[in-house]
Amino acid sequence: MRAVFRVGAVLTLLACSTAAAWADTTVRWFISETSPAMTAWQKEVARRYEEGHPGTRIEVLVMSGEPYKAKLTTMLQSNDRPHLIYTWGGGVLFAQARAGLLEDITSRVQGAWANELNPAALEAMSYKGKIYGAPTHLTQVVLWYNRRLLKQAGVEVSELATWDGMLGAVKKLQAANIQPFTAGGSDKWPLNMFWSGLALRVGGKEAFEAAMNRSGPGFDGPVFQRASEMFKQLVDLNPFQRGFLADTAPKAAGQFGDGKAALHLMGNWFYNIQKSQSSNQQGVPDEDLGFVPFPQVSGGKGDPSDVVGGINGFLVTRGSPPEAADFLRFYTGTEVQREAAQRGFTIPAAKGTAEQLQNAFFRQVATNLQQAHYVQNFYDQMLGPSVGRVVNDTSADLATGRTTPKQVGQQIQEAWELEQ
Amino acid sequence: MSGTGAINIAIPVGSPTRRSDKRRLALGRNLAAGGFLAPATILFTVFVVLPVVEAAWYSFYRWNGYGIPTDWVGWRNYLTLFNNSVFASAAWNTALVVAVSLLVQLPLGLALALMVARNSRSSMIFRTIFFLPYVLGEVAAGLIWRFVFDGNVGLMAAAARKIGIEAPFILADPDLAIYAVLTVVVWKYFGFHMMIYIAGLQDIPREMREAAEIDGASRWQSLRYVILPMLWPAIRISIFFSVVGALQLFDVVMPLTGGGPSNATHTFVTFQYTFGITRMNIGFGSAMGVVIFLICVTFTLLYRRFVMRDAG
Repeated sequence: MRAVFRVGAVLTLLACSTAAAWADTTVRWFISETSPAMTAWQKEVARRYEEGHPGTRIEVLVMSGEPYKAKLTTMLQSNDRPHLIYTWGGGVLFAQARAGLLEDITSRVQGAWANELNPAALEAMSYKGKIYGAPTHLTQVVLWYNRRLLKQAGVEVSELATWDGMLGAVKKLQAANIQPFTAGGSDKWPLNMFWSGLALRVGGKEAFEAAMNRSGPGFDGPVFQRASEMFKQLVDLNPFQRGFLADTAPKAAGQFGDGKAALHLMGNWFYNIQKSQSSNQQGVPDEDLGFVPFPQVSGGKGDPSDVVGGINGFLVTRGSPPEAADFLRFYTGTEVQREAAQRGFTIPAAKGTAEQLQNAFFRQVATNLQQAHYVQNFYDQMLGPSVGRVVNDTSADLATGRTTPKQVGQQIQEAWELEQ
Repeated sequence: MSGTGAINIAIPVGSPTRRSDKRRLALGRNLAAGGFLAPATILFTVFVVLPVVEAAWYSFYRWNGYGIPTDWVGWRNYLTLFNNSVFASAAWNTALVVAVSLLVQLPLGLALALMVARNSRSSMIFRTIFFLPYVLGEVAAGLIWRFVFDGNVGLMAAAARKIGIEAPFILADPDLAIYAVLTVVVWKYFGFHMMIYIAGLQDIPREMREAAEIDGASRWQSLRYVILPMLWPAIRISIFFSVVGALQLFDVVMPLTGGGPSNATHTFVTFQYTFGITRMNIGFGSAMGVVIFLICVTFTLLYRRFVMRDAG
């Protein structure tokens, strides 16, 4: 009997050890990305990691923007949730952390890994002192222009430095029969970039933080009303392409890439999208393409170097295998991110990558981000999924004329109070 | 049914073991019935009853869908819902879809059914053509029509330019976009209702029509007094599908307009999806779900009680 027991035990042990050796770990990596070149590279990085780590498989799932956000909420509630999820930081991250959906990887990140990352960017991947992920790249919203079209209309680039100058440029472009702006109105957030940028210029960091922390005037206060009024000034000029409310962000980017409009307000990633979405995949030639920081506002309280932008990265969800954090370490490290910089995909958050940026536009953005006193994360991300969408809705409603500047602030404030 | 009948007959009346036999048989019968019912009952409970009860429960919480709901807010989600201007417009749009389904789609389906009900070759071809939109996937249909309505490259734009007017951007206009949605809904589903009517028409005995003809009924009279009354069961079913389908309309709208511009084209369900799920207001979305459920149940019960009561 004892012999049988012993043989059984040995067999069980054997079975266990072979099972462990054979066990394949799958890391599900859920990415939000629209540039095909970038996703091809990400898949290649995943394959490279698999080669160095037999028994680990990286399953890549890619969606873009709005569909990604919608699907993620549902996926996170299932048992088959992805292990690494794309994030814009801010309120959505906070909600996910509060709900206990994220894995605390603080001890894993501290030390060598953290030393490779931009500290401010890493800070954005944490909530209440705990680190839940790692940043991959930083973004800045800038005003892109097509130099050739500006010239045709007799607009100097320097005119775009201020909001009033930009409004003047819009009128000149229209007089020359050139489409001033394209915007992806059906996605709403592209329109909100105008409003957020104006709010930052008018009120600076303090105004937003006071409204968010409810320690001062709220979103129905004078700063945000001024931002709404100034956005309305632009809207009243009818600066966007016909039918812009039905166009998505990629479609509007393609129109700019095809040389159909002179201006486009968008993050630095737009450089690649306007190429990939244009009809010949080339976009506006580099010598014609340029950008300026978001226009300054006279009498604004914000520092001129302030940047509306974002910090993106990936979070580890709770219950993920250790391989998930391990792959994230590999992906966000300087070595891999140098390639992202070299290939001109992003401005990585890893240290020692900026000098790899071949692309002059991205080098400029990297400098801006370094010199910025303050980087304002996108409002729709900071305020969380619910109020964030109210913010985007109100900007779209301003653009359609369905709401007044006064109502915009009231609606956001109401939503924000309801959230508390 | 026939099984129980057989067992009853088999019991010898007045037999000494009658009572225990009967009890045993009844037990067996119940067990058998229970066995056959169990799979359906379990599936129905797990996938229909539980979610409905859960939604009703969630609707009293403020909950973002993560973890377990703890923040009880009473009727607040319902109050927010009824004060929401987009909900009001979603209700109006849903009512429009119901109205257009009943007043445009069904008569169109009926008219076409009358034309193609005969089993001739040309009828069969047209029947297939009219039925095709229904076969096409909802999302594909939505995307196709998005191109059709596009003001730059769409079919509408080309047609408008042909007749020398500026191409409208229907989907970008908050006041017009809903008509685009209605057009697609009619186009997508009239074929389905046409098929119901064709089936109904083929059930009408040829003798009835011949008799009417011999009695000197005109085409209109025979339609009005013979065909329509005999088609009533089919019409009744078709109205039911129309209304319930309109209340649940979602997958054509999302790819076409996504509820926009300016949230002007939401239906009940796209409103629920956009304001409940994507905003992570699961409690609020559940409240909306409960409202849709109650509307559907009320309609179904009333319809069964007053319209379908003499149906078999």
